[in-house]
Amino acid sequence: MQLGDNIAPRLAFGQALVELGGRNEDVVVLDCDVGASTQTGLFGEAYPDRFYQMGIAEQNMVGAAAGMSTMGFTPWVSTFAVFLAKRAVDQIRVSIAYPKLNVKLNGAYGGIPTGKAGATHQSVEDIAVMRCMPHMTVICPGDPYETQQAVYAATDFVGPVYLRTVRCPVPVIFDEKHTFEIGRSYTLQEGSDVTIIATGMMTPKALDAARELEKEGVKARMIHMPTIKPMDEEVIVKASKETGHIITVENHSRLGGLGGAVAEVLTEHAPCHLTRLGFPDVFGESGDNEAIFSKFGVNTENIIAAAKAVCR
Amino acid sequence: MSRLSENEVQELKQTCRYVRKMIINTIADAQCGHTGGSLSEVEILVALYFHVMNIDPGNPDMPERDRFLLSKGHSSPGYYAVLANRGYFHEKELGSFDAMGSMLQGHPCMLKTPGVDMSTGSLGQGLSAGIGMALGRAKRGMDFNTYVLIGDGELQEGQNWEAAMYAGHNKTAGLVAIIDYNKVQLAATVPDTLNLEPLADKWTAFGWDVLECDGHDIAEVVETFEKAEEIAKTGPVVIIAHTIKGKGVSFMEGKFEWHGRPPNEEEREKALAEIDACGCEKGDA
Repeated sequence: MQLGDNIAPRLAFGQALVELGGRNEDVVVLDCDVGASTQTGLFGEAYPDRFYQMGIAEQNMVGAAAGMSTMGFTPWVSTFAVFLAKRAVDQIRVSIAYPKLNVKLNGAYGGIPTGKAGATHQSVEDIAVMRCMPHMTVICPGDPYETQQAVYAATDFVGPVYLRTVRCPVPVIFDEKHTFEIGRSYTLQEGSDVTIIATGMMTPKALDAARELEKEGVKARMIHMPTIKPMDEEVIVKASKETGHIITVENHSRLGGLGGAVAEVLTEHAPCHLTRLGFPDVFGESGDNEAIFSKFGVNTENIIAAAKAVCR
Repeated sequence: MSRLSENEVQELKQTCRYVRKMIINTIADAQCGHTGGSLSEVEILVALYFHVMNIDPGNPDMPERDRFLLSKGHSSPGYYAVLANRGYFHEKELGSFDAMGSMLQGHPCMLKTPGVDMSTGSLGQGLSAGIGMALGRAKRGMDFNTYVLIGDGELQEGQNWEAAMYAGHNKTAGLVAIIDYNKVQLAATVPDTLNLEPLADKWTAFGWDVLECDGHDIAEVVETFEKAEEIAKTGPVVIIAHTIKGKGVSFMEGKFEWHGRPPNEEEREKALAEIDACGCEKGDA
């Protein structure tokens, strides 16, 4: 994996699981007939005796993972985010989060990129749902490299973790100099005029926007926030005080996700002007990913425009 | 298979009587709790905890122990009474049931209560977690059994049938489900709400071995568990235990009104007197 490569985080995720399986015999993977899509199939091929095909039955999969974790296994449960975080939300809540069991949840196909599957498969609420659940850690890696680091970090962490991966290729922006830690943010560009906070696959777009703004004379600070919960509040407060304007960018609804979480921090500790870029309160649709991002105002050009608007 | 001696049967019956009184007192003291379903599960729980299961109350996390999951988590007063009786914690804890700060939550919490193997309460989830334990057992090469007690109304939850399909398809060994078939749910009988019949045929169709028993005849319950243990060596087995909601207290028996209502002082005294006078020995479900 080289800087600038375009690699699907789902593939990076699948490869990381295989690597992990080689050195940790307690790692097991549970799949709901979507392993070929979410790439857990790679683990299934490498370690068939630790790969559990649960059929198209998310609720039972989540419960079975809870049971396995009580015996010292570290189950990675994987299916499309839209089904995992919503169809099986009560099972996650009662069978995993409440007893604080050591189960890792991979919400694959997070957000809009679903291979044109449309609204039924576009998970734009999963971060909000998972974020308000006690005992839950929520991670939204920024690129394929960080996705792999997050898989390892989540596995080492003891307790429930929701890890969101995406389907479409995303540019590699991190290399071995980057060390992912749960709960930490990463300032990828310094700036004093405005702060852009992005999570997940929106970070490479936000970084492009920040660099473009720099050329145009707008000094944008760019913060990558891969852990939505627990959130690095200190860096948000500091950015508010030092730049006065914050823009959040996410492949998720504007309600309750990164934008909502940042708004909560700002309101309590350091109010400032906040622009939330994310999906409006409507259902998505089929179509080309980039076209949909642009239609709903969540693309590089929208970030640039939003920054210019608040810096005028 | 070992037949219970008459002495053992009498001892278990005595324990059942004592547990029923603890249930009445726990719920009457707290003025909340699910009376009917706690009374219907007594013989099943006493058979498991006092005869069938390999457990050590002094070491509740013993790795090779048999596991138990109360999928019908609202019937926690019956569960707690049995755990207390078996020595997992002191009986006086029952007085704190449902109170703030108590180790005995309204629904079982594995982080708070010694002996509880899985947190439950949202119906339909126990069997799946039990499957996970059975899968873990196989992977670790162990040979304990996992027992999951499911309410009858609870079987209306679809997750049970996802779980049943999985265990049947995979011939999941070491897994014993028990249906507390008291035929009454929160606001009506089961047939009047959403009928489960033909219940045995449903489980058979899903690939399970099915046993049926009188869920209040302690000797028969124990014998059925012993048969189930044999079958569970090679695949999943379900025991349909025919029970009576509110068993042991005449004015509660078969009445949905006693699903979630606590007895007042007068009702408590009457119930305790009835249980003392016996009532619950005969397997007449």
